[in-house]
Amino acid sequence: MNQNTVNQMQKQVDDIYRSESRRVFATLIRLLGDFDLAEEALHEAFAAAVEQWTRDGVPTNPRSWLISAGRFKAIDAIRRRTRFQASLAEIAERLDRDPAPLEGTDDVEDDRLRLIFTCCHPALSPEAQVALTLREVCGLTTEEIASAFLITTPTLAQRIVRAKAKIRDARIPYQVPAIAELPERLDSVLSVIYLVFNEGYSASAGESLTRSDLSNEAIRLGRLLSELLPNPEVMGLLALMLFQESRRTARSSPQGDLILLENQDRSLWNREQIAEGKVLVERALSSQRFGAYALQAAIAAVHAESPSAEATDWGRIVALYNVLARVESSPVVDLNRAVAVAMRDGPSAGLPLIDAILARGDLTDYHLAHAARADLCRRLGKTADARDSYQQALVLTRQEPERRFLEKRLRELG
Amino acid sequence: MKYMLLIYSDENAWTESEKEHCYAESVQLTQKLNAKGQYLGSSPLHSVSTATSVRIRDGKRLVTDGPFAETHEQLGGYFLIDAKDLDEAINIAGRIPAARKGTVEIRPIMELSGLLSDQ
Repeated sequence: MNQNTVNQMQKQVDDIYRSESRRVFATLIRLLGDFDLAEEALHEAFAAAVEQWTRDGVPTNPRSWLISAGRFKAIDAIRRRTRFQASLAEIAERLDRDPAPLEGTDDVEDDRLRLIFTCCHPALSPEAQVALTLREVCGLTTEEIASAFLITTPTLAQRIVRAKAKIRDARIPYQVPAIAELPERLDSVLSVIYLVFNEGYSASAGESLTRSDLSNEAIRLGRLLSELLPNPEVMGLLALMLFQESRRTARSSPQGDLILLENQDRSLWNREQIAEGKVLVERALSSQRFGAYALQAAIAAVHAESPSAEATDWGRIVALYNVLARVESSPVVDLNRAVAVAMRDGPSAGLPLIDAILARGDLTDYHLAHAARADLCRRLGKTADARDSYQQALVLTRQEPERRFLEKRLRELG
Repeated sequence: MKYMLLIYSDENAWTESEKEHCYAESVQLTQKLNAKGQYLGSSPLHSVSTATSVRIRDGKRLVTDGPFAETHEQLGGYFLIDAKDLDEAINIAGRIPAARKGTVEIRPIMELSGLLSDQ
């Protein structure tokens, strides 16, 4: 066979690798019951594919071919090693007993869901859940994940190794949770996805390149999950991420300075993402089983539809925050509600609400609470109060663009 | 697969009648687990004030009063169970009455060849 055909085949296999490798991997984990064994089998199956497909052509169903090849490669590998490791003998025995499972599409899609729920199992630490999900579900490399989270590769690699060892030793099951446990377990999956998104979204300018990839990865995960499990909260989270992402280019200046929602150039907002988000949030809300993510997305949708901050339907936003506070009460929700009230009824209506929240002591260390108070005081002409609150916010913030923004506001106060 | 469920709580947070109630509920749980073949063993422990620690250093045995580590919550009892996987173990742990006051730590049992097993 000539080199040209081999190169062409390599390219075709690469394409199939990109579209199918995570599915094949998820199924191999179920069949083999071990993450590392599945990873090894996956790579051997793809290596075998280049060789055999060049000779015989690409099979009609490459996915089942790869799953089946991976399974046989694993049996071989296990046989070679059985002499050394007794635990593997059990797996080999089981694989030989069970007939070769030729997977239907449904089975394979279920396996992807199994993989997501296993990686996001609440018995794993949140850091491990994030690392494992990006590594095993998204297929990012250890180096890529480490650099995006600003930690060293060995630290991240160790985190993944420990998590896999716990899955194996504590026997975290490879399954989609039962209906009774689904809401709790889904919460954990959604918070992993949102954590990945926010890590990429609230990044400073210097690192924005690698980190915005994390937001895209989170949106990809959200899309995958909403295909596999079209639940209102899954759709709500995906919509929320799309609305936030739609403002990415508008929310900072070319110098990396923060631009608040009210001052953003709305023509820069990504209309395609907004349209997709709107469809999702409407579907989620019409289900009547929506929760906090869908409500936050609904709030973001009101902003997305408004031509300017002044023309925003603040009454609707306050109403949505009222519902959100009932579904998932938190001081941050109260703060956002207070800001919306100030936009609807004027700063003098919002200020006592914020003062009451700060007096409760829940948000005294939260820089945005002080920044919001400062802003209302500034609008009311209470310059001294505004200065005090901006200074408190400045002490508490840890992000460079926010620091610059607050310093600018302080200078403007004179 | 075997799991050890270790029950930690603040000993002083229990009234006598709460303890009695908890024991009675725990007995019921052991019977339910036993009926499903998931029960291997269980017991409450006497107060940590009865604890004695032993260690051998340089070939010499040292016996001291008290637990090895002074902590806010003390080991107050255990369940040894047989469960299909961690999810099943988590469900059983959630049915232990003491979990409502303290914390149940789930530890998978390591199989060691040559060890005389419980069953």
